[in-house]
Amino acid sequence: MMARMDEVDRRIINALQGGFPICPAPYAAAARTIGIDQDDLLQRLRRLRADGLLSRFGPMYHAEKLGGALTLAAMAVPEGRFDAVAEQVNAHREVAHNYAREHHLNMWFVLATEQATRIGEVIAEIEAETGLAVFNMPKQEEFFIGLRFEA
Amino acid sequence: MIEIDDKDHQLLARLADGLPLVSQPYAEIGAALGLSEADVIARLRHLLTMGVIRRLGLIVRHHELGYRANAMTVWDAPDDEADALGAKLAAYPFVTLCYRRRRQLPHWPYNLFAMVHGKARAQVLTQIDQLNDQVGLRRLPHRVLFSNKRYKQDAARFGTGLANAR
Repeated sequence: MMARMDEVDRRIINALQGGFPICPAPYAAAARTIGIDQDDLLQRLRRLRADGLLSRFGPMYHAEKLGGALTLAAMAVPEGRFDAVAEQVNAHREVAHNYAREHHLNMWFVLATEQATRIGEVIAEIEAETGLAVFNMPKQEEFFIGLRFEA
Repeated sequence: MIEIDDKDHQLLARLADGLPLVSQPYAEIGAALGLSEADVIARLRHLLTMGVIRRLGLIVRHHELGYRANAMTVWDAPDDEADALGAKLAAYPFVTLCYRRRRQLPHWPYNLFAMVHGKARAQVLTQIDQLNDQVGLRRLPHRVLFSNKRYKQDAARFGTGLANAR
């Protein structure tokens, strides 16, 4: 079910995905640009978070700049085993996202590791646990865009 | 690779849970780490400038926001054209992620990946048509893989607090 949002909620979501002030009173500064006061903003953020529309205010990191690695991997999972395999895959803390998709390769997940060498190890573990091949498709080039969703 | 110090790592770990919803959140984070508010602010600005943090902002749950149609469109682009095509795709506002990736022949011949998130499948398909027509991609082998089910959407959690990387 979609939680209810009013016009101000939408303005908040649209304004603050791109960036958030880094100054002593950032919510007050952000509230000013939206045209509301700080208490109203904080109250709305708490409600939007409680309703599950917002995850949090947080940073998007650049894993590779800290020596970490990210990759996209896919598997062809027999239909009857899908939920069980999803559980096996998701049990790895390195699995960040996992989506079922309409293709012979029907399970797609992102692996994020602190050390680049760990990617291959996690893939080998998943293959051993499931008996299924994991196809690794690391990025070779990223075409940058901010991930933004208009409310 | 960029070297950051222990305090930076602790700061990133602390931020992974989200900025506290209080009037002076950087002071609160600093108090927990033994840093002044000014030091936290200076370190965050530095991490942003260095690109260790791509951006600091509101992270939405797109599915809950009504973005239910999520398509990964893939093309098999000639190697010498893929980067130019990717740069063009990335300029479309509805393309939310765009990468060139390693093929997995013979199982997977596609190397150019673009995500389109939309509220309805029909709208997403229209947008993908637009990409194929305007970027000149229709001639290339391509596939649209919609997702029906999300099994996990976590911030990637690392001991150092390297969360929500991509």
